[in-house]
Amino acid sequence: MKKMRNVLGLVLGLSLALSTFAAAAGVKLAVVGPHSGDLAPYGIPTKEAVEMYIAEVNKAGGVLGGEVEVLYLDSQCKPEIATNVAAKVASEKVNVVIGGICSGATKAALGIYKEAGVIAISPSATNPPLTQSGDYPNFYRTIAPDDEQGKMAANFVTGKLAAKKIALIHDKGDYGKGFVDFSKPVLEAAGAEIVMYEGITPGAMDYSAVVQKIRRERADAVVFGGYHPEASKLIAQMKKKRVKAPFIGPDGIKGNGFLEIAGKNAEGVYATGPMDVSSVAMNKDAKAAYQKAKNAEPGTFFDQGYAAVIAAIEAVKKAGSTDPKAIEAALKGSKFDTTLGTIGFSASGDATGVGFAVYQVQSGDFVEIK
Amino acid sequence: MSFLDFDWEYFLLLFAGGLVKGSIYALIALGYTMVYGIIQLINFAHGEIYMIGAFVALMVSGVLTIYGFSGVSILVLAAIVAMIYAAAYGFTLERIAYRPLRGAPRLSPLISAIGMSLFLQNYVMLSQTPDFLRFPSLIPDFAFMEPIAHIINSVEVVILGTTVITMLGLTYLIKFTKVGKAMRATQQDMTMARLVGINSDRVISMTFVIGSVLAAIGGVLIASRLEQINFMIGFLAGVKAFTAAVLGGIGNIPGAVLGGLVLGLTESMAAGYISSAYEDVFAFGLLVLILTFRPAGLLGKAVKQKV
Repeated sequence: MKKMRNVLGLVLGLSLALSTFAAAAGVKLAVVGPHSGDLAPYGIPTKEAVEMYIAEVNKAGGVLGGEVEVLYLDSQCKPEIATNVAAKVASEKVNVVIGGICSGATKAALGIYKEAGVIAISPSATNPPLTQSGDYPNFYRTIAPDDEQGKMAANFVTGKLAAKKIALIHDKGDYGKGFVDFSKPVLEAAGAEIVMYEGITPGAMDYSAVVQKIRRERADAVVFGGYHPEASKLIAQMKKKRVKAPFIGPDGIKGNGFLEIAGKNAEGVYATGPMDVSSVAMNKDAKAAYQKAKNAEPGTFFDQGYAAVIAAIEAVKKAGSTDPKAIEAALKGSKFDTTLGTIGFSASGDATGVGFAVYQVQSGDFVEIK
Repeated sequence: MSFLDFDWEYFLLLFAGGLVKGSIYALIALGYTMVYGIIQLINFAHGEIYMIGAFVALMVSGVLTIYGFSGVSILVLAAIVAMIYAAAYGFTLERIAYRPLRGAPRLSPLISAIGMSLFLQNYVMLSQTPDFLRFPSLIPDFAFMEPIAHIINSVEVVILGTTVITMLGLTYLIKFTKVGKAMRATQQDMTMARLVGINSDRVISMTFVIGSVLAAIGGVLIASRLEQINFMIGFLAGVKAFTAAVLGGIGNIPGAVLGGLVLGLTESMAAGYISSAYEDVFAFGLLVLILTFRPAGLLGKAVKQKV
């Protein structure tokens, strides 16, 4: 028994020594996210992106004179599991975490990362306070936060459209109401007057009273939060009642469904939507490589995951060490060519150069407004 | 705020909107109330007949557009085909789901009605599409309406006109024709009507057919106003129309019309002056209020339960 323990101790000691040796030589990454369970489709594409990219990096000789080592840890998007995973990340002396995927689980883990000096770059946690609260200076993300869209719409309405009186209409749902709620403070800050803030009932037979109210308040623009069936009903009735205020909605209306239902009425309608990255060269290459390897289209957050791991590796290269301070300085101080185009990071950790754009329906199609 | 400061134009706009909405509710409510008047059954599948009417009209108008017909003629033809289809559905519905249960306890046909409603919704969803579909705006903008289009536009004028004509026709049918007389007799006392030689089964079938035709008209009208349909539109319209029928006094035909208008106007005013988020709260609050003071509805008579 005693002998056995000694042997075990020796093996453990050796492996520890080995891992410290590996960490000293190269970089250690961890991919944290749901790799099993019903949310796995949101986590696995990032895992695959990291596998693909790191294989290339290691083939080309690795980073800092050693191979990049990657741990894949399943958090199942559950906060209680995510904290266990975070403890493992800390004890393994991981340098950079790619993840987490869900905002809740990510938030649970971030405190532990912070104490352990681990940097986290998430491809998908969109909850605004994660960066904006300032609680987690070690957190970065390659996706735009939830409030970005509402703010973008607000800036567009007060900027390009020079609207002074705004009608905010939503469908009472989390998504729709969230969109107008995020845009409201930005509109107010820009000096616009909110002349109307109202929820409508999805599926109702008639929105003429709301439309008449828009007319009475003489709104210069209508910011709508919701999905395409209600949006098309609203714009149809606005047109019928000769209310000409411009109409802007979220990405819930930026799609073919809206164009089909709204038909001619859709002309001139504005919508915010994710930036189109399909023309970025690196994006095309990554997708083609994936297609070749797996004979399928990559899943959700593949692009963002790929961009996150590129940023992590490039920042380490630039920093020349695995010192968290140096890596953070490199993340904030440089631009990265990624699958999302050229991106950088703001002081709060949000990616710059990613996110949303404003589109307008012109001759039956959404056209990006530069 | 003095009386003269009151924004009368805004009031007028809301009033016009409410009137249009109310007259559609009334068209559908008539179907509920006629059926209830005769066999004391709440035909929950009535809203689905309305929805099927709109779908048939969409298909017919699609075909006619290919053959090069123009706006109004498409609308009229599509509406006629929709009415025929809806009548067939209404007739079949009664045969399949309600007639076999004629002598059963009152709860059984009610459950059967809910079953038919779900069946028809899912049938349309599976055979057509679960998505929203665009319904062409077949009613053109009349040039002479342009100065007042912001108050009431061509589509709404057509809706109001059609509703008034339909209701006049219905009143004539019930008051002055043989079928109408038979319907009234069956409503008053089915056994007695049978004894004097009225084929009450046929009268009931007729009631379903007429109610379904009215629903189809409503379906086509509201679809051309909203310019979109899907398989669920019947449910919401059905709930509102049923409310209108109860508000006016279920079983009472002028009551259904009055109930529809009151409901439409209340919703419009509540949305216009308070908030559209509370539109339904006011509509149903009004219903509770009226039923508290007049349990039989606005025009309903408290009838002793027939044994």
